[in-house]
Amino acid sequence: MNKKQKEQYLRDYGTLKAQGKPFFPYAVAKDSAMAVIVMIVIITMSILLGAELGPKADPTSTTYTPRPEWYFFFLFELLRVIKPPALVPLATIGVPTICLILLFLLPFYDRGPERRPERRPIATTAGIFVVFAIGYLTYLGAAAGPPTEIDIPVPANVRTQGTTAVANFKAGEQVVAQSGCAACHKFGENGNSGPGPSLTRVGARLPAQAIQRTLINPTAPMPSFSSLSEESPKQFQQMVGFLAALK
Amino acid sequence: MAKIKLPAPPSNPLVSPKRPGKKYGPSGPLEHAEEGAVSAVGWIDERTSLSGGLRWMMFRKVPKGTNWFYTLGSSTMFAFLSQAVTGVFLAMYYDPSATRAYQSIQFINNEVFLGEFVHAMHRWGSSVMVILIFLHMGRTFFFGAYKYPRELNWVIGVALLVMTMTMSFSGYLLPFDQRSYWATIVGVNINGTGPLVGPYLSEFLRAGPYFGATTLSRFYAIHMLLVPGAIAALMGFHLYLVAKLGTTAPPWIRAKAPEALREEKIPGDS
Ligand code: HEC
Ligand code: HEM
Repeated sequence: MNKKQKEQYLRDYGTLKAQGKPFFPYAVAKDSAMAVIVMIVIITMSILLGAELGPKADPTSTTYTPRPEWYFFFLFELLRVIKPPALVPLATIGVPTICLILLFLLPFYDRGPERRPERRPIATTAGIFVVFAIGYLTYLGAAAGPPTEIDIPVPANVRTQGTTAVANFKAGEQVVAQSGCAACHKFGENGNSGPGPSLTRVGARLPAQAIQRTLINPTAPMPSFSSLSEESPKQFQQMVGFLAALK
Repeated sequence: MAKIKLPAPPSNPLVSPKRPGKKYGPSGPLEHAEEGAVSAVGWIDERTSLSGGLRWMMFRKVPKGTNWFYTLGSSTMFAFLSQAVTGVFLAMYYDPSATRAYQSIQFINNEVFLGEFVHAMHRWGSSVMVILIFLHMGRTFFFGAYKYPRELNWVIGVALLVMTMTMSFSGYLLPFDQRSYWATIVGVNINGTGPLVGPYLSEFLRAGPYFGATTLSRFYAIHMLLVPGAIAALMGFHLYLVAKLGTTAPPWIRAKAPEALREEKIPGDS
């Protein structure tokens, strides 16, 4: 907007304002009505939905679901959409940071005088696109399967090693399932295909040693499971054994 | 003997004048009470001059065409106030230590009168506030309300949005159940992948290289002191600018010069 357009705007706005109504009581009445509606919605939701607690936080227990509050789903889904590990830092912080900077600076690069949405095609299209993108990612996050179910057939080489090996394999599968790894990894038919790589054949890719190192000292966003290895080494070893056997 | 003339008492302009048709000041207890209230308000106003600001805030005009979309900002504020009030009641019972946090929330849910209700209001109020803030932001975006002269108010608004999301993130850990604990670990780890400040930020949140006992009290301080204080201050500034600049008219409303002005044609300008 140049100087002339600014003055024009202020003049037009002055006229519109002079023809308007006083804030009190007209706008205050609408605001109060809306406040009552907001209050009713909050109270109804709290009566219907309550505030249940899950089981107590336990750094060593492994039954957890790393699920954020629903309005962070779209950020989490962004992780899944952008797969290559080299790009993961970009997805996690890079894209949100860039979006945030774009949002902050919006009034400084969109300086045209036009305000009607239908005469600002770029801004309006971009706005609608962002609304739909966030809506879609939130939907994907909400629809993602429960991350505590893994059902993988016992590999042939484990079966040939006898029943203890099979039992250990099953126990490891149990630990992995309860640890919520499937929220970020794919295991055969189960789990989500991101942000972590598929672990269906991880044993072919990594030796047990490397898997153990990853679990204790992982690359973010994967959480560290070092407390599990300290507090219940047996379960931890079963988990590593299970992963190493996936070939 | 000359009469002694006492100086007249200084007239107090703030005490209301006598009603017409009445010789004396207030009569009857009701009018006395009214007079008392008026003079108490007058006493405060004489010393603070608040009435001017209040009149400026309340009796400013809102432009023609202002519609229901314009209530989204104030309802966001209302949701924030609801969070503040319910939060104070939760803080009376909550114990931000890793060993007792969970029990204290259980106590709120099971023992305290209306405890679960207030807890639920706080939990679902956060969702309502996030929805409202996004709707309000959408309204100002699609109405082009961030343009001259309201650029600064948009920037403050984005800061408010970031802080609202920070509130949700820091509050999620406080019940200290499995879901909140592990989701927060993942969240903090995600922060750690950020460029430059990422690792420092997640170390600050964790209060050290590992998720430990002080992490919870740090999240608690962030959630109930640091960020709400900043939100309240910025909200005040946001509202000051709204009153100062006025709210926009909907973009499709055109300004028409008042009739009197339109008739006044410059001679020779047909
Ligand atoms: C929050 C999401 C998340 C969770 C939960 C998670 N991971 Fe990961 N994991 C990742 C990401 C992202 C990577 C990729 C990191 C990299 O490439 O450096 C990864 C990498 C790995 C790797 C290395 C794979 C390779 O090919 O290099 C293994 C093994 C692994 N995870 C196992 C597990 C196990 C076992 C669990 C559960 C106990 C688990 N993960 C839970 C996100 C997660
Ligand atoms: C805590 C959160 C917020 C509160 C309490 C709040 C409150 C308000 C209120 C009461 C108004 C008056 C007009 C209206 O209600 O529409 C307003 C206007 C405005 N807000 Fe906010 N707001 C918040 C967040 C935001 C955000 C996130 C943005 C955008 C990024 C924003 C940008 C604006 C702008 C540009 C105006 C001027 C609109 C106009 O003049 O028409 N605000 N805000």
